[in-house]
Amino acid sequence: MPTYVDPNKCDGCGKCVDICPSDIMHLSNSVFGGRKAYNVEPDYCWECYSCVKECPQHAIDMRGYADFNPLNHKLTVLRDKEKNSVSWKLKYRNGTKKEFEFPIRTTPWGSIPPAQSHPAPTREQFGSQLLAHEPEYLKSERGLVTVTTR
Amino acid sequence: MLLLKTKTVDCDVLVVGGGMAGCGAAYEARYWGRDLKIVVVEKGHIERSGAVAMGLSAINCYMGMRWNENTPEDFVRYARNDLMGLVREDLVFDIARHVDATVHLFEEWGLPIVYDEQTKRYKREGRWQILIHGESYKPIVAEAATKSATEVYNRVMVTHLLTDEEDGGRIAGAVGIGVRDGAFYVFRAKAVIVCAGGATHVFRPRSVGEGAGRTWYSPWSTGSAYALLVEAGAEMTQMENKLVVTRFKDGYGPVGAWFLALKAKASNAYGEDYEMKYKEEQRALYGDYVDAKPFPTCLRNDAMLREIRAGRSPIYIHTEKVLDTREKEELGQEDFLDMTMSQTIVWASQNIDPKVRPSELLPSEPYIMGSHATCSGAWVSGPADLSPKECFWGYNRMTTVQGLFGAGDTVGGSAHKFSSGSFTEGRLAGKAAVAYISERVADRKPSVTEKKVEAFRDEIFQPVKTFRLGRNMITKGTVSPFCIYPDQGVVRLEKIMGEYVGGWGSFYTTNEVLLGRGLELLEMLREDLDHLGAEDLHQLQRAWELHHRVVTAEAVLRHTLFRKETRWPGYCYRSDYPALDEKNWHVFVNSRYDPSTGGWSLFTRPCTRLVS
Ligand SMILES: Cc1cc2nc3c(=O)[nH]c(=O)nc-3n(C[C@H](O)[C@H](O)[C@H](O)COP(=O)(O)OP(=O)(O)OC[C@H]3O[C@@H](n4cnc5c(N)ncnc54)[C@H](O)[C@@H]3O)c2cc1C
Ligand code: SF4
Ligand code: SF4
Repeated sequence: MPTYVDPNKCDGCGKCVDICPSDIMHLSNSVFGGRKAYNVEPDYCWECYSCVKECPQHAIDMRGYADFNPLNHKLTVLRDKEKNSVSWKLKYRNGTKKEFEFPIRTTPWGSIPPAQSHPAPTREQFGSQLLAHEPEYLKSERGLVTVTTR
Repeated sequence: MLLLKTKTVDCDVLVVGGGMAGCGAAYEARYWGRDLKIVVVEKGHIERSGAVAMGLSAINCYMGMRWNENTPEDFVRYARNDLMGLVREDLVFDIARHVDATVHLFEEWGLPIVYDEQTKRYKREGRWQILIHGESYKPIVAEAATKSATEVYNRVMVTHLLTDEEDGGRIAGAVGIGVRDGAFYVFRAKAVIVCAGGATHVFRPRSVGEGAGRTWYSPWSTGSAYALLVEAGAEMTQMENKLVVTRFKDGYGPVGAWFLALKAKASNAYGEDYEMKYKEEQRALYGDYVDAKPFPTCLRNDAMLREIRAGRSPIYIHTEKVLDTREKEELGQEDFLDMTMSQTIVWASQNIDPKVRPSELLPSEPYIMGSHATCSGAWVSGPADLSPKECFWGYNRMTTVQGLFGAGDTVGGSAHKFSSGSFTEGRLAGKAAVAYISERVADRKPSVTEKKVEAFRDEIFQPVKTFRLGRNMITKGTVSPFCIYPDQGVVRLEKIMGEYVGGWGSFYTTNEVLLGRGLELLEMLREDLDHLGAEDLHQLQRAWELHHRVVTAEAVLRHTLFRKETRWPGYCYRSDYPALDEKNWHVFVNSRYDPSTGGWSLFTRPCTRLVS
């Protein structure tokens, strides 16, 4: 129901609960023993796959919204933060299969320099219309422009 | 479960909402305000929150000034025409002149931007759009923001803004619910930047039942940006400028890459091109905007709606005619796998191979947003060097409440910002907030009394008490004479707005009588919000999301009632004023809600030209 959880795989780690933007992955005691995740409000699921990508046990899957998706389809994903790629496997109702893989990032995770790691700006820059790293990052000969036609 | 503790957080800059704009605000505020305490409060988890949670396949706002592709002047002309003349040109120009630097920063951080092998420039999807491998767009941007902010509070939903008790015109912070810890949060801040996104589920969506979560814009866009500002007394603009987008039917897959990069064509059921067919009829009603290039988004919707009304639907997009290479198939598939996987699922479940069969298109339900082909939101000051007198009051992107800033979907009048422009606007607001603090309130503590905070606490947790009372009046189930639940309230809201304020069921058409009746029903719903019941913290979040949607809806309705013309056909029609009236209505419709009396005032503001 948009997302559903395989009770044999889920170990109750709560990562899906942490990430779901809709706050609809919750943990509950399950008849299968122990705490397991489930989707508490399928009609508020965006099928955004955030939880699916995050689950270390690959316990979460998607069944397209019941109001317009006939059964027997599958779209699964693997997101690899070492290889920095995301791969998708698609199975049609009629059995057709398709696979795709795309890059997700060009730098290692955690490598972004925060704003405070750059040299502190001057008072003059503060009083101007420039934002951080401007005009350099505009990479334009004109620099920061203002309206000329007024 | 609940509310035993109050957690108070003192800070300099409070960013409400850690989406695209909020991340930009946190980064930039830190760059200029090295010693300030900068706090982000986010109702989801910043790594995957907001409209970009699942990724994007394009950056829709990039000038390319380094390659002389476009100028900010060109962009202003484009946004102005697309919005049928009504944009704040100072705000639009300001985004355009900075946005390239933002995109270059994203690339340096690790966002994969696609290059054209021949030109060695970014590969263009369209004139303003560039292609990206954007699955991790949000986590990348969030990494920069998280490291730059002092603290990020995830899973705290802001319900109200606090105004200063000694100086009511000034902001003092915000309060909210800790959806995980059950705490009542009080943020006392010198400046607040609201970046809380747009609004879905205000109008009845096309999907029903389990699929109700499949709106094109994210279901967690709950109108907080508008409601928080309205209830703090900030002036709003263009709330009548609802957005209707043409999308792949049911999955709501975006059409940009298909029309612009892959050059797919749309047709009616019988394979005929219909888009320009109604041009002279449109000209009679909407004037010379029909000659604008590109053809304005709302007029394209209008042509499609005319064709559907004439009985020649379904409208098709001919994907099958353009996917002739593996490269193009990958581009088309990645477009959805990076940002609307539901569309891929529709194809798989319904056996639609886009290489073989066309897909249906349909206009969506209306959304309320400030960052797309529309510009609802707060009335803000522009930058000193660009803004006309009446649009400048000291600090860029500051609302009419001192110290209260906005960015992204929150800010009105500045259309076509999209993800990169929203982040850029966050940066503008972040820098301005630092300037405001250092020049105006450096030594001034926000004044918030215990009494006021306690009153909010009671109000915020009331739905939990209401639920307990309501539950005790019935045997079991969800039907209680005493209270309604958030999901029931959402359905009532969607029904009122859909039927009276121009939803898809009435072909986006309304009139004064319908709007009057709608307002009456909406006011009753607003009263009934005092009877909302919430079983747990999750439902309590839903209760306040509903509250924000209802306040947003009221602003939308009142603005729609005030503008006596049809300015954006295809988004909304006033059947009693079916034509565009340039003489009387080439103006902004603005409003202000008075929190002390509960009264609304509506008025117009001039729309000034900056670029010829
Ligand atoms: C399917 C889709 C496709 C799109 N395609 C493109 C594209 O190709 N290119 C492009 O450039 N743009 C695209 N956009 C548009 C882009 O996503 C938006 O313009 C942009 O995200 C707006 O930024 P924002 O910060 O205003 O809102 P958001 O990014 O939505 O951020 C709002 C944040 O506020 C938080 N929040 C809300 N209420 C509260 C509250 N009460 N308390 C605390 N936190 C709160 C939310 O959780 C969220 O994190 C697309 C959007 C969608 C949905
Ligand atoms: S992330 Fe996976 S394993 Fe962890 S609770 Fe969720 S479903 Fe279970
Ligand atoms: S797919 Fe997205 S909205 Fe649905 S449960 Fe997972 S994280 Fe939440």
